[in-house]
Amino acid sequence: MICLMNDAHSDLPAIQISGLRKRYGAVQALDGVDFSIRRGEFFGLLGPNGAGKSTLINIIAGLIRSDAGSISVLGHDTVTDWRRARRCLGIVPQELVFDPFFKVVDMLRIQAGYYGCGKEVWPWIDEMLERLDLASKRHSPTRALSGGMKRRVLIAQALVHKPPVVILDEPTAGVDVELRRTLWSFMRDLHAKGTTVVLTTHYLEEAQEMCERIAIVDKGKVRIIATTEQLLARNPYRFLKLRLTDNAALPESLRALITSENAGVVELKLELEKQPIASVFAALRAAGVGIDDVHTREPDLEDIFVELTKRVPEMLHA
Amino acid sequence: MPEASQPVATFAAEPQAQDSVGFQTLLKKEVMRFWSVLGQTVTAPVITALLYLLVFAQAMSGRAPVYEGVSYTQFLIPGLVMMTVIQNAFANTSSSLTQSKIMGNLVFLLMAPLGPLEWFGAYVLAALIRALLVAVVMLLVTIPFVHLPLAAPLVLAAMFVLSAGSLAVLGLIAGITATKFDHLAAFTNFFITPLSFLSGVFYSVHALPPLWFKASHLNPFFYMIDGFRYGFFGKADVPIWQSLSWAAAFFVIVSTVCLWMLFTGYKLRK
Repeated sequence: MICLMNDAHSDLPAIQISGLRKRYGAVQALDGVDFSIRRGEFFGLLGPNGAGKSTLINIIAGLIRSDAGSISVLGHDTVTDWRRARRCLGIVPQELVFDPFFKVVDMLRIQAGYYGCGKEVWPWIDEMLERLDLASKRHSPTRALSGGMKRRVLIAQALVHKPPVVILDEPTAGVDVELRRTLWSFMRDLHAKGTTVVLTTHYLEEAQEMCERIAIVDKGKVRIIATTEQLLARNPYRFLKLRLTDNAALPESLRALITSENAGVVELKLELEKQPIASVFAALRAAGVGIDDVHTREPDLEDIFVELTKRVPEMLHA
Repeated sequence: MPEASQPVATFAAEPQAQDSVGFQTLLKKEVMRFWSVLGQTVTAPVITALLYLLVFAQAMSGRAPVYEGVSYTQFLIPGLVMMTVIQNAFANTSSSLTQSKIMGNLVFLLMAPLGPLEWFGAYVLAALIRALLVAVVMLLVTIPFVHLPLAAPLVLAAMFVLSAGSLAVLGLIAGITATKFDHLAAFTNFFITPLSFLSGVFYSVHALPPLWFKASHLNPFFYMIDGFRYGFFGKADVPIWQSLSWAAAFFVIVSTVCLWMLFTGYKLRK
């Protein structure tokens, strides 16, 4: 039995989500989610806890049934054509789950078998064991592994059938720096070969660094979908950090701009168009306040995330 | 740690695979699961059953034969084998599924491209293999000491498959509905064990008072044991067609319920 590859669906989105709704009692977990993830994208799905990210991923995986709407993976509906849809997906679950009865290599071979793959993927399993630094644990029972090692096995399990679409649900939560670097190096390589990667993470710098496009989900709705550059550019602010001479007080006219104040260092949020830095300096000069140090910072994804999940902006689709 | 420049297999396109491999893998995994703890899953139940045999055969020695030409020890063995088969077929599916649910690793199966029929077939077949292993080991241990005829081998096989199959399916139902081990223990302690002990393993129902005689005829396990015994001796408490019909009907009913659960994702997919 061979896991052959074909390229018959190159024009289809990797994942198409249409009108997805899910309610748990009084909580509307997903409230009409519509978007698509292009083939070959590195896509970020961000949102605060309880935003609906895991519900969305679990519906894609077939673990949860939606109340309305549909999802297709490479054109295969996850309900009516679930077998082919699932074969195209590799999902790394958020929870650290494992089967205590089996050794690492046996577990990976079993997982490949579930997806209809046989001995032809064994060299790929060996390659993954090397890449994920699991080769020395090949014959160890999964129950005997550390948390980080179990996480590596979960990643290998998701990739064992060579899925064209990979979903990583907070894969780096609570793992050490080495595994993060190993994982992202591996994911970059797979992405370069054409794999679509969907990532949810609480580490926004990871999303900013890895993802080409990002969706921010909150209260069951997609607040924004844009390229990472567009997201960063849409925030018309700049942050200005000042250390004032002799811990002088900021003039009253600037106090409304303060975002943080700590140990004599004050951070101001300035509108790019309306509040040039020179205007701040002029106000300080007029008040007779001296400056010991100046530092500027452009908004990062975290600023955008906080802004969007605190209030509802207009939808912006890239 | 290898660097990023190392080759990575290309897998950008849709993988093709054979459906039958998934079923075979799940079956193999379920067999490997009980095989890896053979002491618990085969040796222990066989020893327990043999202890029953030793105690009851000694205690009841000298008692009049239940059927003409069949000693009490001969009468006892098929019943004990079937009781052990029933209990182990149930334990195999129920414990595997419950453990996977509680450990959380059932997601590996739920996310895989495996359908309800493949789940059903693989779990039930693995339980039949364990039950067969238990039965064969028990018979091999007792045969040097007690002669057992083989009057109706086809009936014996049919009763084994229907009975072990029914309990394997019932175990699946219990595994699907249980959310903690307590639920499973309650199912075993309050349903499986009493019904299997009160099914005529140790006695002929003809020896019972009229009320218990009638009550025994409502116990599906009674027909499983009585029909299995017929396979050895060609004699039983009720006509063999009745035992076969009850066992088949029970199998159909529990299978229908179980397949409905698997097709609808009852308690498996939220």
